[in-house]
Amino acid sequence: MEQEARVAVERSTPLSISPINLRGKPRFGENVIEIIVFVCGAISIFTTTAIVIVLFQEAWLFFGSPEVDLAEFFGTTTWQPETGRFGIWPLMTSTLITSIIALMVAVPLGLGAAIYLSEYASPQARGYLKPILEVLAGVPTVVYGYFALTFVTPVILQGLLGKGNVEIYNMLSAGLTMGIMILPLVASISEDALSAVPRALREGAYGLGATRLETSLRIVVPAALSGILAAVIVAMSRAVGETMIVALAAGAGPRFTFNPLQAAETMTGHIARISGGDISYASIQYTSIFAIALVLFFMTLLLNLLSGWVVRRFREVYE
Amino acid sequence: MSAQSMDQRDRPTGYLPEGADINRNIAARRLRGAIWQAIFVSSLIIGLLALATLIYTIVDDTFGYIAVQTKVDPEELTGGRPLEELSKEELIEILRANVPAGLFRRFDRDEPFSERSKESVLQLVEERVVGREVVAAYKLTESLLERERIEATVRERFPRAKLEFHSWINREFLTRPMSSVPLLAGVGNAILGSLWVIAITMLLAIPIGILGGVYLEEYASDTWYYRLIETNINNLAGVPSIIYGILGLAVFVRALEALTSGAMFGVTDSNGRTILSAGLTMALLVLPLMIINVREAIRAVPQSLRQASYGLGATKWQTVWHHVLPNALPGILTGTILSVSRAMGETAPLIVIGASTFVVFFPDSVFDKFTVIPIQIYNWTSQPGAQFRSIAAAAIIVLLVTLLALNATAILLRNRLRRNY
Repeated sequence: MEQEARVAVERSTPLSISPINLRGKPRFGENVIEIIVFVCGAISIFTTTAIVIVLFQEAWLFFGSPEVDLAEFFGTTTWQPETGRFGIWPLMTSTLITSIIALMVAVPLGLGAAIYLSEYASPQARGYLKPILEVLAGVPTVVYGYFALTFVTPVILQGLLGKGNVEIYNMLSAGLTMGIMILPLVASISEDALSAVPRALREGAYGLGATRLETSLRIVVPAALSGILAAVIVAMSRAVGETMIVALAAGAGPRFTFNPLQAAETMTGHIARISGGDISYASIQYTSIFAIALVLFFMTLLLNLLSGWVVRRFREVYE
Repeated sequence: MSAQSMDQRDRPTGYLPEGADINRNIAARRLRGAIWQAIFVSSLIIGLLALATLIYTIVDDTFGYIAVQTKVDPEELTGGRPLEELSKEELIEILRANVPAGLFRRFDRDEPFSERSKESVLQLVEERVVGREVVAAYKLTESLLERERIEATVRERFPRAKLEFHSWINREFLTRPMSSVPLLAGVGNAILGSLWVIAITMLLAIPIGILGGVYLEEYASDTWYYRLIETNINNLAGVPSIIYGILGLAVFVRALEALTSGAMFGVTDSNGRTILSAGLTMALLVLPLMIINVREAIRAVPQSLRQASYGLGATKWQTVWHHVLPNALPGILTGTILSVSRAMGETAPLIVIGASTFVVFFPDSVFDKFTVIPIQIYNWTSQPGAQFRSIAAAAIIVLLVTLLALNATAILLRNRLRRNY
C-alpha cells in the first residue's frame, strides 16, 4: 500500500515539478533546420543517382542505335566512331597498361617510403619528410601531364632507349608519371596502416632477437596488410580514372597495342578529347562517351568497394 | 651466397646456429638489414627527386634567352615615343594605316573600336603591326651555360634578331588575355575565370558541405538511410573527376541549358557551356571532400561541450550553432581551403563541360564562356613548339604558387586556431 503510493509519486514527479512539458513544446524552427540539414546530407544521394541515371540513359541510346550491339562493344578490338566500329578493347587495354605501369612504380616505392617513414625515420625526419611528400600529392595532374611530355618522354625515355624507339606520345611515360603521382597516396595510406600496428608487437620481435628489418617485414607489414592492400586498390582506382596525364602524354587516337612505347588513347583520354571538341548532342559519338564513362564508373566503383571489403575482411584488431 | 645459406627458412625448423655459425649468421642478418634500409631510403629519395626534377623542368622552361625579330621598328611608327604612352586614338590611327582595310573593318565588327579598351587596341597594334616575333627560345640551363654558342647561332641564323633574356612570367603575362602569339599571350582572363568558377563552387559547397557534415555527425541516428548516405559519400569521393564532367555535361550544360545559359534571365548570346555550369559541376565534385573534412572537424569537438550546452537547456540547433561549429571552425576552414585547392587544379571535368580553350575576352557574368588556368596549361602543353612550353610553364608557376599559398594558409590557420581540450 505504502509502496504503491511511492511508485505513484515517483511516476508523477517529473510532471508535477515542471509545470510546462518542454519536451512537448513545438519548436517549428528546430524542425525546419533538421529538414534543411538532412537535405544537405542527402544531396550526395542526388549526385550518385544523377550520375547513374545520366550514364545509363545515354548509354541506353548508344546501345539502342543500329550501329552498335553489346557483343561488338565487348568483343571486338577496333574503336573507330567514324566508320561505326565500337569495340572498347583498345581503350580498355591502354587504360590497364598505363595503370599497371603506374602501380609498378607507385607500390614498391610508396611501400618502401612508408616503411622507412614508419619504422626507420626519427620523429623529426618524419616531421619534415611527410609534408614534402604531401606537396607531391597536391600538384594538379595537368602539371604532371606537362612533366611527362616535356621531361619523362624526351629526356628519360628517348635518352635511354633511343629517339627512334620511343614515340613522342607513349603509354610508358604516362604510366611512369602517373606512378609518381600516386606514390604519395600509397605511401601515406600504408604509413597510417603501419603506424597503427601496436608497439607491443615490435617489442616482442625485438625481445626475440629480430633485427629491425625482420621486425618490419615479418611482423609489422603482415599485421598492416589490410591497410596496405587497400592502399594498392585505391591507387589502382585513381590510376584508372586519371585523365590529364594520359590525355597529354599517352596519345590521341585509340590503338590496340600492348607495346608501352607506342601511343594509345585511354578511356578517360578519349572522353576528354571527344567532349572537348564540338560534338552535336544527337551524334553517336556523344552517346558513345557515356557508354565508356559507364564502364569506367563501374570499374572504379568495383575497386572502391573491393578496398572497403579488404579492410573489413583482413583487418587485424588489436586491443 | 653466404647470406642466402644462413637464412633460417632454408634450415629445418628448430635449427639453431652453433659455434662460428652464430657470428656469421648475425653478420649476414645485419648486412641484409643495411641493404634493405638503403632500399627504403632510396624509394623515398626517388619521390623527392621527382619533385625536384618537376620544379627544375618548370623553372628551366620559364626563363631563358629569346631571339626577337620585329616586322617594323616601333620607334619608326611613333617617332621615338614608346607605344604604351600613345592614346587610344593614336593607336587606332596606326592600326588603320598599317593593316589592310578589310582586316580593320573585321576588327571593328568583332568589337567596335569605340567600345574597346586601350589595352585591347595596343595588343592589336603589337600583334598586327609591330609583329614582335620570337624566332628562337632557349631554356634557362642552356642560357646560363652555353651563352656563346647561343649568341653565335642566333647571329648566323637570324641576323636581324635581337637576343634578350626573357622571363615568360611577368606582369603582362598575368594581366593579358589569351592570344595565339605566345609572346603576347597571358593568363589574365584565365585567372579571372578560375576566380569566378571557384566563387560559385564555394558559394554552394561551403554551406551545403557544413550542413551535410552537421547532419551526419549531430542529427543522424543509426538508420538505414544514414548508413546509405555515409557509404555513398565515401564512394563519391573515389569517383573519377571526369565522370563529374560527364554529369555536368548532361545535366547542367544540356538539360538545364535554360538556366545555365541565362536564357531564363534574358541572356541570348550564350549556350550552356558557361561559368555557372562549371561552378555547379565543381561544387558537386568537392562536396564529398568538404563533408568528409567537416565531419572530422566536428568529431574533434569534445562531447562535454555539447552536454554542458544541453544541460543549460539549449536546443539541438543552439548547441550546434553556438558551440559545436565555432569550436570546429579551424578544421572546417582547413577543409575548405583544401577543397578550394582541389577545385583550382581540377581540369578534366571542365574540359568535358567545354571550357573553351580559346577565349580572348574577360568574363563579366556567370553566363559567359570562360577559360581557367589549368585549361590554359593543358592547351599550351599540347601545342607544338618551345614557346608554348614556356608559357605553359609560366602558367604552371602561377597555379602552383597560388596552391602553395592556399595550403600554407591552411597549415597556418590550423596551427594558430587549434585548441587543446
